[in-house]
Amino acid sequence: MARAVWVIARREVRTRLRARSFLVGTAVSVVVLVAFVLVQTSLFARHTDTRVGLSGQATAVAEPLRDEARSRGLAVSTSTVRDPAEGAAQVADGDLDALVTGAPGTLRVLVRDSVDENLRGALNTLVQKEVLRGLLATLDDGASPDDLLATMSDATVDVHALAAPDPTGDQRLVVALVLVVLLYMSLLLHGTMVAQGVVEEKSSRVVEILLAAVRPWQLLLGKVVGLGLVGLAQLAVIGAAGLVLAATAGALTIPAAAAGTLLWGLFWYVLGYLFYAAVFAAAGSLVSRQEETQAVLLPVTSVLVLTFVLAFGLLTRSPTGTGTAVLSLLPPFAPILMPARLALGTAPAWQVLLAAALLLAAVAALAWLGGRVYTGAILRTDGRVRVRDALRAGSRPS
Amino acid sequence: MLAADGATGLVVDRVCKRFGTRTACDDLTLRVDRGEVFGFVGGNGAGKTTAMRIVLGVLPADSGRVTWAGEPITPARRARFGYLPEERGLYPRMRVLDHLVYLAELHGLPVDDAHRAAEYWIARLGLRPHREQEVQRLSLGNQQRVQLAAALVHGPELLVLDEPFSGLDPTAVDVLAGVLRDQAARGVPVLFSSHQLDLVERLCDRVGIIRAGRVVATGTVGELRAGSGTTLVVDAPGAAAGWADRLPGVRVLAVAGSRTTLRLAEGADDQPVLAAALATGPVREFRRDRPGLAELYRDVLGRTDPATPGGGVGAASGAGTGAGTGAGRVASAAGASGATSAGGAASPGGGTRWPGAHQDIGWPANGSSEPIDAGYRNGPPGVPGQGAGGPGERGGFGDGVGRSG
Repeated sequence: MARAVWVIARREVRTRLRARSFLVGTAVSVVVLVAFVLVQTSLFARHTDTRVGLSGQATAVAEPLRDEARSRGLAVSTSTVRDPAEGAAQVADGDLDALVTGAPGTLRVLVRDSVDENLRGALNTLVQKEVLRGLLATLDDGASPDDLLATMSDATVDVHALAAPDPTGDQRLVVALVLVVLLYMSLLLHGTMVAQGVVEEKSSRVVEILLAAVRPWQLLLGKVVGLGLVGLAQLAVIGAAGLVLAATAGALTIPAAAAGTLLWGLFWYVLGYLFYAAVFAAAGSLVSRQEETQAVLLPVTSVLVLTFVLAFGLLTRSPTGTGTAVLSLLPPFAPILMPARLALGTAPAWQVLLAAALLLAAVAALAWLGGRVYTGAILRTDGRVRVRDALRAGSRPS
Repeated sequence: MLAADGATGLVVDRVCKRFGTRTACDDLTLRVDRGEVFGFVGGNGAGKTTAMRIVLGVLPADSGRVTWAGEPITPARRARFGYLPEERGLYPRMRVLDHLVYLAELHGLPVDDAHRAAEYWIARLGLRPHREQEVQRLSLGNQQRVQLAAALVHGPELLVLDEPFSGLDPTAVDVLAGVLRDQAARGVPVLFSSHQLDLVERLCDRVGIIRAGRVVATGTVGELRAGSGTTLVVDAPGAAAGWADRLPGVRVLAVAGSRTTLRLAEGADDQPVLAAALATGPVREFRRDRPGLAELYRDVLGRTDPATPGGGVGAASGAGTGAGTGAGRVASAAGASGATSAGGAASPGGGTRWPGAHQDIGWPANGSSEPIDAGYRNGPPGVPGQGAGGPGERGGFGDGVGRSG
């Protein structure tokens, strides 16, 4: 019994691994993923220019700030802000990266959560130069060089942040979005493969000799397990390769958190795959020809696409919103949304457990239902089978 | 129903299967003993394939049971059967060797045995040049050989082959015939269906003729032949048409040029026929023949027309007594055939029929009372116009018989 399932699963794995398209597809995915991480990280982490608003006396340092920052490899664009309050609002909104106020010798900088180290360094240099200039102007013979240096090094820019610093927030979001893309593509790809495999066996009629040897549930389980293992391995390889490459390239500075996210992603992939595979298999068993596959799969793929679009939109707009939390608990959305929330660190443990429990229950229900449809429809090669007929036929003991 | 003993292999006991309003198997009963080659013959749609699929558990029966060695068939037991389905099917992109190994393993063979068996059958069925090729790259005939290998590769305890000879070249036919005899010699019951009746006759220990979901005759060809009379071939160039029509115990099967093929009822004397032939002029040939399976088949199917409930023989005999002139009867039957073509669908398993098979309706193969009907005799078997009647002709003919009777 179990051996037959394993023999079937092994054939699925071998068939996939032997296909050149699979290997090429995996390699291309890794490349695309790394490129995505590189682009997104730079896109989210810093804009092409660091925008600094200058207000009051600080407007005087615009020129030296740009020069100093450039020498540190940071492009800064400056603008004059008339009202410091308005400038603070712009910082809060993210229109400005920093607002610099005060006299050149006592600069204050306001940022949202943290200040770029290069910007801080540049501002410090400016302040110290200003302080040094003042000291040199009032230089008397009694001053020791050590005191001068001590006074100078004490002079630093005064940094204020609107929120607690979270230097990894942007990267977490990128990792979460990458995970959403990976999970979506993998679920869609391998779910479709399950359906296509079912249809292939039906359309080539090979299913008849297979079912003379094994029970329908063995055939279905073997196929789902085999393709699931392939999908899991592929996801792990793509994820790990992307992680290592991105970390090596310096785009990812939180490899440990990203690795944890990947492991969570694999866990949710397994649950999500089982959920969708049951539906894909049942849908595939209803048709007898490859040409009809797309039509019958459309409702299932639509749900996946919807999940993907929702996940992407919600994560970028309101990662901590109530809607995101509620949707991430529901079975069709949980496999993609919940691991993304885990990546962001915004999911409480009870919600994770609840979502997993709901999804497991849904998997059990769908496996039962999908298995019945599959059993009832798999040997019907006389055109499209209606779900109701398949259910009725599948519930008969045979 | 049948006591199980050491030789009992497969028993199909009163199996019924309906598809909507269509009855595919109607109390179908048959038995294939160990070491026996059993030929399953019948028209398209008669229920052969359905019966085989039920045996393999691919299709559930509505009622009745299938047993192996006297016991119900479990899935584990079923995995040791070999099956060649009517609709051939293999994974198109799998290589021949891989495919056979896979199927052998699926049937429970350990991996080493599976490889050995796959290689053996590849060699035995002449597939060695193709063993590393994808199945879809093979010619249809070679795909058919792979399919046969798939049925044999796990050393099955029972072979069920649906039309195994169709699509094979003569060499492959001989190879397969040898394989089937070998399997039977190993003690494996072999059940196969075929439309090549000469092959069935040559190869099978016993034959079952199925009609509308029922096995209407079963036994060795010799047993089937018993009581079916003798065939006479008479070449009398000077004879007028219909010269043999009124001879007692004689029925005209075919007229080809000056040669007439007659069926002589069991126990009837052939000398009056010779005398009648000589009375028409010179006789070039006068030959006795044992009827082949093909003729027996037509006899059997003719006397069990499903459209004449209450027994084909009786209905046909009644038709005989009420028959008008020969020409009129033929026209009436033909007309009825056309009119009831649509109604032919009501005939269980109504598919295309053997052309000409219905010509023998009314012939008392069991030697019953005088059934001779001038109308039938005037409708020579094998006339194309009659054979092309299509699906409706059987029902139509029965209808015609019923009305005239």
